[in-house]
Amino acid sequence: MTTQEKEEFTLSIYSENHVGLLNQITTVFTRRHINIESLTTSESAIAGIHKFTIVVFATADQIKKLAKQIEKRIDVLKVFVFRADEIIHQEIALYKVSTGSLLGGNEIEMLVRQYGARILEITPEYTVIEKTGHKNETQELFEKLEPYGVSQFVRSGRIAITKLKKELLESYLKKLETDAIQLN
Amino acid sequence: METQSQLLMKEKTTKTTRMSGSEAVIQSLLREGTSIIFGYPGGAIMPIYDALHDHQKELHHVLTRHEQGALHAAEGYAKVTGKVGVCFATSGPGATNTVTGLANAMMDSTPVVLITGQVVSSLLGTDAFQETDVVGVTQPVTKWNYQVRRAEDIPAAIARAFYIARSGRPGPVVIDITKDAQINQLDFYYEPVKSIRSYTPEYPADLAQIEEAARLINLSKKPLALVGQGVIIGNAEKELLDFLEKSGIPAAWTLLGLSAVPSDHPLNVGMLGMHGNYGPNIKTNEADLIVAIGMRFDDRVTGDLSRYATNAKIIHMEIDPAEINKNVHADVPILGNVKKTLPLLTEKIVKNDHSDWLKEFEACQRVEYNRIIEKQLNPIEKGITMGEVVAKVSQAFDNDAIMVTDVGQHQMMGARYFKFKQSRSVVTSGGLGTMGFGLPAAMGAKLGAPDRQVCVFVGDGGLQMTIQELGTIYQTQIPVKIVLLNNNFLGMVRQWQELFFDKRYASTELINPDFQTIAKGYHIPSLKVSERQDLDEAIQKMVEADGPFLLEVIVEKEGNVFPMVPAGASVSDIRLE
Ligand SMILES: Cc1ncc(C[n+]2csc(CCOP(=O)(O)OP(=O)(O)O)c2C)c(N)n1
Repeated sequence: MTTQEKEEFTLSIYSENHVGLLNQITTVFTRRHINIESLTTSESAIAGIHKFTIVVFATADQIKKLAKQIEKRIDVLKVFVFRADEIIHQEIALYKVSTGSLLGGNEIEMLVRQYGARILEITPEYTVIEKTGHKNETQELFEKLEPYGVSQFVRSGRIAITKLKKELLESYLKKLETDAIQLN
Repeated sequence: METQSQLLMKEKTTKTTRMSGSEAVIQSLLREGTSIIFGYPGGAIMPIYDALHDHQKELHHVLTRHEQGALHAAEGYAKVTGKVGVCFATSGPGATNTVTGLANAMMDSTPVVLITGQVVSSLLGTDAFQETDVVGVTQPVTKWNYQVRRAEDIPAAIARAFYIARSGRPGPVVIDITKDAQINQLDFYYEPVKSIRSYTPEYPADLAQIEEAARLINLSKKPLALVGQGVIIGNAEKELLDFLEKSGIPAAWTLLGLSAVPSDHPLNVGMLGMHGNYGPNIKTNEADLIVAIGMRFDDRVTGDLSRYATNAKIIHMEIDPAEINKNVHADVPILGNVKKTLPLLTEKIVKNDHSDWLKEFEACQRVEYNRIIEKQLNPIEKGITMGEVVAKVSQAFDNDAIMVTDVGQHQMMGARYFKFKQSRSVVTSGGLGTMGFGLPAAMGAKLGAPDRQVCVFVGDGGLQMTIQELGTIYQTQIPVKIVLLNNNFLGMVRQWQELFFDKRYASTELINPDFQTIAKGYHIPSLKVSERQDLDEAIQKMVEADGPFLLEVIVEKEGNVFPMVPAGASVSDIRLE
């Protein structure tokens, strides 16, 4: 087997909504020493089904094996693996700056407009700015704001949507039903 | 479609009976056909034991001397019967003592259901007396686990546990039940699980892959079949023989595939892997086609992967998708149960004969005989060899006993020199290599197959890891035949020290107790042999004994198991000395 280059993959993992599943999934990564770059989890569009979006750097071969090991967990329904060009993804970032520095000149407001961010809340003490985008974009805005004093900066994990026309999970669930009928 | 919690809480429309959670545990086990339980009581599981007390006729409880022993006994029972082995343990230390057994069952795909008692639900997370996070601790070593905190969830959880443990690639399942759930009342209704939407135990055969496999088999000049435990788990021994006999393909086996093909079958060319036979190892790199049947290319079988099966296309027949392309790239993967895929393949291949290729294996066998086997079986030196004891014991049982082993040199000698007529005749710890497995596993095997002779080979090291199970054997009068191959060493480790660490015997020599006195203390008849001339008679005494028997044989101190593929070497680098 050839040693492949590491690249970025986004895994969409669907599971039953069951206590302890996050642990079951993350131990598959830990055991193989693959670092999780980002992770978000919440209920999926289908009631009762949970969704995990996990970003990792790994080789294609590692990812294939990893996905099978995750799918092997009884309560995991399906794992879909995507390369960056197969999905549209976003992260959300929040920045807290002092309201004084916002009012001190128009530079911050310029940055907010230039970066397609928005002001979420203004109080006499602080102002919260929100930006969605890719990590490098939210990072860039952070670096631009820093000279004006950023007292807090947080960034979420990734959420992603596929570029495909059909809904992968729904077609998978339909297939499950027809397979079950054939097998019985 | 329902979520799992909805499934577990499903409205019961059919007639129900009011009972306690503990009684529901017993009733659920009976519905699953359980007739024997291996276990050990304690505070958090006392209500279940109390309920069991009313069902002693239908449910035989074997009180082991340690929870690890209970798990291994259940594994032995499962291996020889193909049924699910069932265990009970209490919370905290009871549960943690089972971890080695669970890990062993996980590695070797053995169906086991362990029910553990847990502290009352209101105390969960408070570091209560004997509380451990059993679900957390056992998660990496179970196929599935689940904590039940409400009496009404017990039947559905147990139904799921059995379905998961025995379907697809089998494995261990833990159900952790809080004490209040055991005590509270529920309306009992039992419905066996037939499917789980997030779990596909078996995939249907892909006919295009079967066509392609048949094409490769029909073209191949030097094909080699690798027979794994999947054949035994799938009860596909007949399907395998049909395939082998039509294709004429020589069959080599993994340690856990042993006994799937009778020892004297003309196509049986021997064992694969580190201490396997010379032919199948060396020929792996000459074969032009490998047909792997229900096996997972473990590193003890393949050695260095970059120099493994270098000239061969690979057909991999396997039930677990995660095993396909895990270690060895499969040119033709055939997912599914070999019980179903083998006949489809057999139908598509032409009848063939590979007698010239088979002759090459015979030549290898002669080399191995002259260099190794002859010296084991007919030694000229004074010391008794492990190989000669194994071969004599096998013969004394008419080559038709169930062989159980512990882990070490004696295990490899057992696999190499014991002979088999029927399947499900080997119980050994493969993937985990668990010392201490043998004695308790033998108890379970004998209770699962009361009409067969069960003989366990164990080293003086491994015996002392679970020696307390002699107490279980005495109390339960389980007629297992224990052959202790005593070399006063942790033999297998000593062998590696001799070969790879300049004979520096760091902490491998054992100063042992008098095992005869120990056997006597447990009221188990025993004999000790240190001279070759006494061996046959002692073996005969053991064979004829009605109850349990311990035969201790003092074997040569520094005997080695050969051939050997050193760890990390290629199968082509197999050493004959
Ligand atoms: C629980 C456990 N601890 C350690 C080992 C490592 N180990 C493998 S074989 C072996 C020696 C076994 O010695 P013995 O039981 O006397 O059998 P022999 O090899 O002499 O036949 C050891 C220590 C193991 N497999 N399992």
